[in-house]
Amino acid sequence: MFKKKECVAMLLAGGQGSRLYALTDTTAKPAVTFGGKYRIIDFPLSNCVHSGIDTVGVLTQYQPLVLNEYIGTGLPWDLDRNHGGVKILPPYQAKSGADWYTGTANAIYQNLQFIERYDAEYVLILSGDHIYSMDYSKMIDYHKKTGAACTIAVIDVPIEEASRFGIMSTKEDGTIFKFSEKPKNPDSTKASMGIYVFTRTKLFDYLIADAKDPDSSNDFGKNIIPTMLAAGEKMMAYSFEGYWKDVGTIDSLWEANMDILGENPVLKLNDSHWRVLSRNENAPPQYIGPDAVIENASITEGCEILGTVRNSVLGANVRVLAGAVVEDAVLMGDCVIRAGARVSYAIVDRDVVIGENAVVGKPRGEAKGIAVLGEGYEVPAGGTVADGAIVSAKGGAM
Amino acid sequence: MTAAGIIFSNIHDATIPELTGRRTMASIPFAGRYRLIDFALSNMVNSGITKVGVITHYNYQSLLDHIGTGKDWDLARRTGGIKILPPFITAYDNATAGRVYSTRLEALMGVMSFIDRCTEDVLVLSDCDVICNVDIANVIRKHEASGADFTVLTTTVDTAEQPLDSHAQVPVVDENGRVVDMAEYNGQQGRVKVCADIWVANRTYIKRVVTEAIAHGYKSFYRDVLIRNLAKDKICAVEYDGFFARINSLASYFSCSMRLLDPANRVNLFYRRNQPIFTKVRNSTPTRYSADAKVVGSMIADGCVIEGTVENSIIFRGVKIGKGTVVKNCILMQDTVTGENVRLTSVITDKNVVIRDGRELCGCESMPFYIGKQIMV
Repeated sequence: MFKKKECVAMLLAGGQGSRLYALTDTTAKPAVTFGGKYRIIDFPLSNCVHSGIDTVGVLTQYQPLVLNEYIGTGLPWDLDRNHGGVKILPPYQAKSGADWYTGTANAIYQNLQFIERYDAEYVLILSGDHIYSMDYSKMIDYHKKTGAACTIAVIDVPIEEASRFGIMSTKEDGTIFKFSEKPKNPDSTKASMGIYVFTRTKLFDYLIADAKDPDSSNDFGKNIIPTMLAAGEKMMAYSFEGYWKDVGTIDSLWEANMDILGENPVLKLNDSHWRVLSRNENAPPQYIGPDAVIENASITEGCEILGTVRNSVLGANVRVLAGAVVEDAVLMGDCVIRAGARVSYAIVDRDVVIGENAVVGKPRGEAKGIAVLGEGYEVPAGGTVADGAIVSAKGGAM
Repeated sequence: MTAAGIIFSNIHDATIPELTGRRTMASIPFAGRYRLIDFALSNMVNSGITKVGVITHYNYQSLLDHIGTGKDWDLARRTGGIKILPPFITAYDNATAGRVYSTRLEALMGVMSFIDRCTEDVLVLSDCDVICNVDIANVIRKHEASGADFTVLTTTVDTAEQPLDSHAQVPVVDENGRVVDMAEYNGQQGRVKVCADIWVANRTYIKRVVTEAIAHGYKSFYRDVLIRNLAKDKICAVEYDGFFARINSLASYFSCSMRLLDPANRVNLFYRRNQPIFTKVRNSTPTRYSADAKVVGSMIADGCVIEGTVENSIIFRGVKIGKGTVVKNCILMQDTVTGENVRLTSVITDKNVVIRDGRELCGCESMPFYIGKQIMV
């Protein structure tokens, strides 16, 4: 017997995240490690749980293995429920044939059954690309109060950056009258955060119509939202204030990681009322050796630091051996930085080994860009990885 | 041979009253993020045991809180899993009404129904005041090969490093690995072979000897069961040579903890292949070190904020070290908060202790200064 759920969340986690290059070779973007012990998907999942949403469908497609394993039964987020909880929704074979998800809207369209199963009144659409803490229940309340067909969360961005986003033009009461995807000359600074609340009946109508349109690219931003707007549906913008960062590029991922550092970090992970939940590694406490130097760093369990770590974020079980120096770097976990090696201005994925006296990247001031080392990459003793280079164990240098 | 486990959670609590005032020996925090029972549980789980009974006595709320469903040790199971075995007290029998067991032997008698319901060939019995990482599956193999009724795990300790008390049993083992004599530790110095207080025994044997001993009105498991039966039954020893610590006083809690700051000991206890130590997971953030932090020779758990200096110390989860504060040779348990310009030397703070700005507290290694749970200084 299924009880009704007022709102279910659908988390779009199938994207490749191609602008993260080597970091998403074998992992879907939502499963990319963030802040040492989190994955990007921990943020929307934790937000759901703290907002009282206990039924989350995670739509996967690209390289789902790590993501599936990470989510597991949903226990770390208390989403291992008898009724509801977190469910992985991969593309499947149906009587009429089998299709990959052709777009964000199509992914939801193929899973209308899931939403029907819980008889949800409202559907919250999320993506696994952003780092932020947000109370979705307030947005859903706003949606109910205004009686909108669709509510889109927006955040104020600087006007010079507005052309990178989907921009909403709104009336004073928050009603959206114009939506432009990455406009050259933006006339508003309200950027879509890719978070939508739909009234279920409206969502179903437009998704079913969209699926019949052979010219549609089955995308929320490109098709569903403009169509609804053109049809005169009530569309509301819900303004959000607070930390929100798209971590879809190497630079933004590096910056967001750095935001957890400092005396008063811009991104607070330890808010006792809104703790970011994650699957924790079972590792002993970190050990800091007698000659270690640690300045402005975030370090996770299982690490062994015998060398120097500055302005860096280290994931679990990283070993920085004597005389090695790590600065302005993000090391995702299980890495070994051997004696005398130097890692500067870099993002280093899991299981990377950096040999003795090897040099990765250049100091931040001098570097052309962030050096990126893909999962399992090995830099031989004395080897170098150039500043701004992107290397992966499978494809070699890129 | 199939095996089930039994853990004695309150054993020898009285040796360390400071830390067991509000908790069991089993739930004493240790090494930054563990409780003592984690070692006994992990040893069992790593050897393939999936049914563990935990015998409790009193003060076991903190233990229940730590164990939860047993999920963190993969012991939340339909079949088997972790079973808490609280004392069995009858309200109707005048002779024993309201009386909780007082010895290990009585404790075993009290859980006889658990032992009866087990179908496993052997029982692995373990105390919680010993810290080691043993391949118990290997001990069980040796137990089976020797055809013993009862196998005692032994280890050799240096009394300079690991002081012993009369709770330690010193066995005499012959060349065939058979225990021929056993006595309480009598003050001998140097390298001493002692029982590690982990045993493997045939289940039917335990059932028989415990029932017989109780029927005779005996009290002590070692004296009245093991030592009396040394000649009659086959009692063997298996030697363990990894990291071993036995906590029998606040000073030994301090020194055992500090031994883990030696990298060789830490690796020996925590990084044995296929033998990880499991514990309850808490959702902590990574530890944040400020630009002024200075940390050397220390073990630091997650969720801390370090803005001062930490030397040669063990820092548990969620501890905050304020600016200008210097912490040397200390053990600061979970969620201890130190203000600014605090000086702590050879201090043990229990959970949730607050040290206000500018305080200076100092103990010494043989007499660490202990600050109880939730005290504000």
